[in-house]
Amino acid sequence: MAYPYVSEHEVRVLSRHFGDPQQRRIDTYVERGGYQALRKAFDMGPEKVIEEVKASGLRGRGGAGFPTGVKWSFMPKDSGRPHYLLCNADESEPGTFKDRELIRWDPHQLIEGCLIGAYAIGAGHVYIYCRGEFFEVNQILARAVEDAYAKGYIGKDIMGSGNDLELTVHQGAGAYICGEETGLMNSLEGRRGQPRVKPPFPAAVGAFGMPSTINNVETLAAVTHIVDNGGEWYRQYGTEKSPGTKLFCVSGHVRKPGNYELPLGFPLTQLIEDVCGGMRDGNALKAVIPGGSSVPIINAEEASRCSLDYEGCVEVGTMLGCASVIVMDETTDIVKQVRRMVDFYAHESCGQCTPCREGSAWTAKILRRIEDGRGTEEDLDVLMEMTQQMVGTTICVLSDSVAAPVQSSITKFRDEYLALIRRGERVGAA
Amino acid sequence: MAEMVNLTIDGHEVSVPRGTTILEAAKTIGTEVPHYCYHPGMSSPAMCRLCLVEVEGAPKPMPSCVTTVADGQVVRTQSEEAKKNRRGVLEFYLVNHPLDCPICDMSGECNLQDYVHAEGREHGRGREPKRVFGRDDFGGDVLFYGDRCVMCTRCVRFMSEVEQDHRLTVVERGNRSVIDTFFEEGLDGTHWHGNIVDICPVGALVSKDFLHKARAWDLTHTPSICASCSQGCNIELHTRDNLVQRIKPRENLDVNGWWICDYGRHDYEWMNRGDRLEAPLVRDGGSSQAAGWTDALRGILDRAASLSGASVKAVVSPRCSNEDLGALVGLVEAFGGGEIVYRSARAEEEIPLKGFPQLARRKDLAPNTTGADLMGMRRVGDDQGVGGLDDIASHDGIVLVLGDSLEDQPESFGAQAGLYVYLGTHAEPAVSAAHYVLPTCTHAEAEGTFTNLDRRVQRFDPALRPPGMARPAWLVLGAMVGERTGGGVARSAKEAFAALGAAVPAFQGIDYADVGTRGALINESVSLTGD
Repeated sequence: MAYPYVSEHEVRVLSRHFGDPQQRRIDTYVERGGYQALRKAFDMGPEKVIEEVKASGLRGRGGAGFPTGVKWSFMPKDSGRPHYLLCNADESEPGTFKDRELIRWDPHQLIEGCLIGAYAIGAGHVYIYCRGEFFEVNQILARAVEDAYAKGYIGKDIMGSGNDLELTVHQGAGAYICGEETGLMNSLEGRRGQPRVKPPFPAAVGAFGMPSTINNVETLAAVTHIVDNGGEWYRQYGTEKSPGTKLFCVSGHVRKPGNYELPLGFPLTQLIEDVCGGMRDGNALKAVIPGGSSVPIINAEEASRCSLDYEGCVEVGTMLGCASVIVMDETTDIVKQVRRMVDFYAHESCGQCTPCREGSAWTAKILRRIEDGRGTEEDLDVLMEMTQQMVGTTICVLSDSVAAPVQSSITKFRDEYLALIRRGERVGAA
Repeated sequence: MAEMVNLTIDGHEVSVPRGTTILEAAKTIGTEVPHYCYHPGMSSPAMCRLCLVEVEGAPKPMPSCVTTVADGQVVRTQSEEAKKNRRGVLEFYLVNHPLDCPICDMSGECNLQDYVHAEGREHGRGREPKRVFGRDDFGGDVLFYGDRCVMCTRCVRFMSEVEQDHRLTVVERGNRSVIDTFFEEGLDGTHWHGNIVDICPVGALVSKDFLHKARAWDLTHTPSICASCSQGCNIELHTRDNLVQRIKPRENLDVNGWWICDYGRHDYEWMNRGDRLEAPLVRDGGSSQAAGWTDALRGILDRAASLSGASVKAVVSPRCSNEDLGALVGLVEAFGGGEIVYRSARAEEEIPLKGFPQLARRKDLAPNTTGADLMGMRRVGDDQGVGGLDDIASHDGIVLVLGDSLEDQPESFGAQAGLYVYLGTHAEPAVSAAHYVLPTCTHAEAEGTFTNLDRRVQRFDPALRPPGMARPAWLVLGAMVGERTGGGVARSAKEAFAALGAAVPAFQGIDYADVGTRGALINESVSLTGD
């Protein structure tokens, strides 16, 4: 069965084998050229691998967009202590469903990338922290790891290279915050999933107190291809500052929602109209959240100018995040959408930092009251001022993620709030 | 000497050792950056976000409790940004806080109250229903009022890092987070849990013993020394209506840090006993009569003079101060010299505080055994503090008893003595044969010093008015010594301590002023009789 989400605009590098269950089999993977990049990496040596990744311009696909090669070069050399590579597969940002598909269809692509990354940073052990709710994904990944161990791609003296690498898959226990890198480390160690104060940064003190690097699934999957084909090859896609391809998880009111792999810099309008078949029922576009629920909402006008790369999104006042494009048409009740997002964050706040713990729940309560038609215009001022107090004042950025949709929606869709407050009028209500 | 770092805090040049946090550095110029989760005795999670300060060049406000100083750093704790952050965080705290200050034990000494009054918004903007957790019995002496909690997790960290007995945890997450015990186990059976009440910055953790007993602003705080073992923990006696209402630890990093054990914390009711000796009693034949101090002391001296050549035997309590013991030594010598013994109870086990190794509840349950030893006194009796006085009970010379209540002794104690003087606080049966019974003060009522097991001389102040005519033993004994020898008489604890220094070599060279609130160490070269 062909993968249901395809478009002629796609450049399928990571998603090339989506829809083909044979790709999960290690024999098929190897027949198709798998684990050659790992062999190549062993021949290149760690420094050249890092140089190649730096040359590719690959940026972290988890949301922050930090250059991967640079991140790897932060790891200490000859520290005399164990290093760890952590793969963040705790995909839980509302609107995101790319890592699930990457592991589900092509687990060895990720495993190979993990092994290359571990080799590059001098780590002897890789932990893939996989979201616990992904039962099928976890089964597929566990099977793939087992196969790779059996065939000698993981373990002692890999492919006769003399290199030893171990890989463990760890299932998360169901908290959004465990996808935050230091929260993930705490969770992996068996502690409460709470982000850690930085500094010290993971490259100095990470998992189990040792130097660690943490990368997203998509980042590590891309590494496999970059090492295989070279950094210059990767740069043929995307823009100067945002090179390469990216999986876009499109959800919401488009005709063909789905996962689409596109070169970075792809226009948002074209994504909606050409790739996703336009808005459902021919409705008008109202708003887009281009990077997962924690980035600011943009309106239709801003969306029309938005180029889907790290810089293009910043230009229209939002962020690319993990490229989870949530499209909303004119029937959308923005207040309700924002309230639902804030409810999510209030539920998932780890509860350490006061602004986040108290602020997110307070914000949710006020929004609920406004939604129920009992709001006042002062509430909007309180929301704006109070959420500002949640930006940049906490250990991690979950708190900022509450502020982003609230502030952007009140700024851009104030009329909708006022209609509810003054007349109890609700968009989309029958 | 640690390397020093120079920085500027609120316009003041500050020089502190490298590795110091901004919060601690600010204390050196008298600036207390508001904070909840930070406590100098524990790890810093930097989660209350109240201590954020502006650091020039930093993109975001920095948590001063974990940010260490750097050369040339410019810190602003009172800038608009820092103040705005504090105002904002304090408002967040009040979103769910019940504001039940009128019935809260912490009211008056609550950091939330203080900070909000100082820097909070004049009016709250919260209109939403508040989250309710209710009250929980944590076991031991601790009640938990969940609604007042500011989730600083100091209590959780105390139990896990300092007592190292993981009895508390945070359950749930987000604003549903709440401190809880594991199942029904609670804090029962732990020995230091009273400290979590002290370090709770708000009224979330309160002492059952102190619950609704007094308002914080009605209490007088007097620096003192715990008399419940030889550790000599620095404490404060909190009094109202001439009664000790509670004991709180007083910081002294050389002795007890910020902590005291639960045993010492709750060992204060005896200070409040009402059945005290209130006047000197003079026995004339079979009955005792109350007398004035002058008559009583003159009577003792006259009777002693008539017994010239009689041997002296004395029993003291190691719960008496150095000054009391020293004055007794002086009197024994003035009467011609003799043996002085003491008895003290010993616990079977030491109870260490794992996270603060120099602190433990010691086996030796008296506060001044070391002082007695330094003065050449000999320990008798068993580990219950019983027995060992047979030769004194039937002694026919002069018998002096200071502080030991003689609970185990018969009424015939001292019946054959030529002169039996008892100085103490309560009239036990074994006192009945005494020719003179002199009412003295407890350490809560007098000024003086104890010498702890590390030979640290530490001072306590009077917190209570003594009952009736009771006077400090050093004053009473010193007056008799002065009268007998024609020497000077110590009129103050300071003079009594100076007299002690002149008489006992171990105490030479220590100035009373140097003892201060932190204590002073006795010369190491002095050997103890009890060793």
